[in-house]
Amino acid sequence: MRAFAKPFRGGIHPVGYKEFSQDCAIEKLPAPKRVYLGLQQRNGTLLSALVSVGDSVGKGQLVAKGANDMAVPLHSPINGTVEDIRDYVSAHPSGIKIKTLVIKNNGDSSWSQQHGSIHPLSLASDEMLQRILDAGIVGLGGAGFPTGIKLRLARDKQVHTLIINGGECEPYLTCDDRLMQEYAVDVVLGSQLMAKAIGARKAIIAVEDNKPASIQALKIAAAELHDIEIQVVPSLYPMGSERHLIKAVTGKTVAPGTLSVELGILVHNVATARAVYHALRFNRPLIDRVLTVSGAGIEQPKNLLVPIGTSVADLLSACGGLTMSAQRLVAGGPMMGQVIPSPYTPIDKSIGGLLALTDQEVRDEQSHDCVRCGRCVAACPMGLMPFQMAAHSRVSDYDGAQDYGLNHCLLCGACSYVCPSRIPLVQHFSHARGEINAQRSMAQKSALARLLTNARAERLAKEAAQRKAEKAAKAAERKKKAAQRKAQQASESGE
Amino acid sequence: MKYNIASGPHTHGGDSSSSLMYQVILALLPTSLFGLYVFGVSALLVLLTASISALLAESIMLYWRGVNQSSLFDGSALLTGWLLALSLPPATPLWIVALGSFFAIAIGKHAYGGLGQNLFNPAMLARVMLLICFPVELTDWHAATPPVLTETGLDLNPYWLGIDAISSATPLAAEAPMLAVRSLWFGHHAGSLGETSALFILLGGLFLLWRKVINWVIPTAVLLGLALPALLLHAIKPDQFLSASTHLFSGAVFLAAFFIATDMVTSPVSVKGQWVFGLGCGLLIFLIRTFGNYPEGVAFSVLIMNATTPLIDHYLRPAVFGSRPKWFKEERA
Ligand code: SF4
Ligand code: SF4
Repeated sequence: MRAFAKPFRGGIHPVGYKEFSQDCAIEKLPAPKRVYLGLQQRNGTLLSALVSVGDSVGKGQLVAKGANDMAVPLHSPINGTVEDIRDYVSAHPSGIKIKTLVIKNNGDSSWSQQHGSIHPLSLASDEMLQRILDAGIVGLGGAGFPTGIKLRLARDKQVHTLIINGGECEPYLTCDDRLMQEYAVDVVLGSQLMAKAIGARKAIIAVEDNKPASIQALKIAAAELHDIEIQVVPSLYPMGSERHLIKAVTGKTVAPGTLSVELGILVHNVATARAVYHALRFNRPLIDRVLTVSGAGIEQPKNLLVPIGTSVADLLSACGGLTMSAQRLVAGGPMMGQVIPSPYTPIDKSIGGLLALTDQEVRDEQSHDCVRCGRCVAACPMGLMPFQMAAHSRVSDYDGAQDYGLNHCLLCGACSYVCPSRIPLVQHFSHARGEINAQRSMAQKSALARLLTNARAERLAKEAAQRKAEKAAKAAERKKKAAQRKAQQASESGE
Repeated sequence: MKYNIASGPHTHGGDSSSSLMYQVILALLPTSLFGLYVFGVSALLVLLTASISALLAESIMLYWRGVNQSSLFDGSALLTGWLLALSLPPATPLWIVALGSFFAIAIGKHAYGGLGQNLFNPAMLARVMLLICFPVELTDWHAATPPVLTETGLDLNPYWLGIDAISSATPLAAEAPMLAVRSLWFGHHAGSLGETSALFILLGGLFLLWRKVINWVIPTAVLLGLALPALLLHAIKPDQFLSASTHLFSGAVFLAAFFIATDMVTSPVSVKGQWVFGLGCGLLIFLIRTFGNYPEGVAFSVLIMNATTPLIDHYLRPAVFGSRPKWFKEERA
């Protein structure tokens, strides 16, 4: 019985809607007329362009890089010319504009450089990590953290187990499922390479039990390898959460406030594994990704391999456009995804889905008073008290909200999904988090200011003291000299 | 197409609080219809009066508090009135019933701030108020006089038609003859309107469990909390203490276990807390029935445990995922 096989407390079974796209093989989207590459990453780090307007660039050419490893390099996904560098809308839900490289396609789809294949298992760990960094790979599961850095950290912590996340628990999304079926070998070999790069003993690819075709494909691909294991986990949202996947796979729990690497475990997504394989085996940078376009608001749901920087409008027209009833565009899955502010938004490296949802799917209804039914508490995979956190957040009692666990919240949305009073719980939590962060940085700023003022006051005081001391010393000197003179005079006169 | 910011999740399970309330009312139908069958016209009048006056009271209170009337039919007021009716003797004078409904809604619910804010189960609060103010009317148990099919046709008892009434003792009264458990299952005995048949209540309860409107913890805990001490004492002194089955199948125990203690507003939210709450209800029912002066302890027990709910919720929170006791040492494999 499912109830007894539950790998962790809480969690929900949202309606899957996977049937829209699960049978759609991955299609390669022809490169669009223009791509838009934002020069600012999700975490705010800036990239500086290495090309200028009018330059012609080749597919796979490095076009922008950052000051350090936290800023992953950006490569051109197409052959063409740099048409413009200007402020352009980004995937951020606020619709904020960021500096963007606009590259116009010249129609040629070949790679600009020969990316000769190599035998990656012969590479040393350091070289592997460097290549992964240089290829501009970030976590393709949605977090968008630089993969090379995560791997390096894991190696330094002597991680022994690599878990590859094939959960894909968000409704609608089927791109990882298709990827595992169609590129099982890439995924398996990529996992093996990643494990080798960090010195892990084995890699476990964890797949939810509702994806039998993927499980089958991966098992065949990994049949000969004994350091790769395929493990089936029950389907339960949010299985994609790192901590919950680790619990389901190994039975171990990552204590609150600590990282999984401290248990010797690292988690990466299947799509990332494939990108790593391409980077190491063929020396190819990350310039495209698989994503699902779905929802009842789309004419033809699809799984597409798209160049990074393709605009949402191009994706929509590749899928037959929107239906009349489409009401909301979402980047990512419906549980944790964010509203797309404009159809001209470009796809960045961490967007795994594009959903056009109708009102019936969104079910955005008027919220009512909390009836204390406790469903949110039962659904929360982190063991928190969502209704209490929301009640405190609403009246800006952020300490109270933290007392009920706000800091541990994944913003996974399970509580909002089940709330019969339709209370926008997650909205309260992200708002409260934002406020707390703002307060904290204000506090830090004023602490810094205080520190500086104090330092200045101290410095001034010290300088004053020094001047005084100097004066005093000079006066003493003068006195001494005068005394000496006197004594001399006296002695002279006395002679 | 709307491009304005909207927070996730962008999908929902589809339940609404009023659908939960109406499912509870639906689950109460078997036992309600059975009550009407057993007690006849007067029971019907009680049920109608309680429901209508609860809605009326709700409307007045919403108006008075300046709240939109749209929540009048969210099911909560109707459910309160309905539960109150089921807990009353089937021939309670109608003005008393109406008074109870008004009290339940005005004092039991809106005085605390409306839906979701009340500390006590409004129906039970009104039930206890009525019991204290009108002890005679509230303990006037009528004999069950269901229609019988005879050779000459359907035999309708004048009592069933509400023309006259005969009183009878409930199975819990000391002088009552020991009733067979079978009779308690099927409920041909005196009692409140909605509590006579454990079977029909159970049917409704199972429906709620199946629909996941309630979970199994509170009902189980209530029944265990009552049955365990009863078993123990009955085993020691069978002539002095009622048997566990008599306890379980009589009075409003099943109604309390499945429909009253499980009231989401006034019961704890964590599973641990629900165990404590349920066991407490069961134990208190046993204590009040066995050692107290009131034959019926259900309403009092639930109210007393309602009062502890905030405390239970405060101290028995679920554990944060991954947290472990201090003595626990994680080994690195
Ligand atoms: S969003 Fe936060 S509070 Fe809600 S279920 Fe997820 S972890 Fe729990
Ligand atoms: S699920 Fe909604 S109504 Fe129920 S306790 Fe949580 S916040 Fe309140």
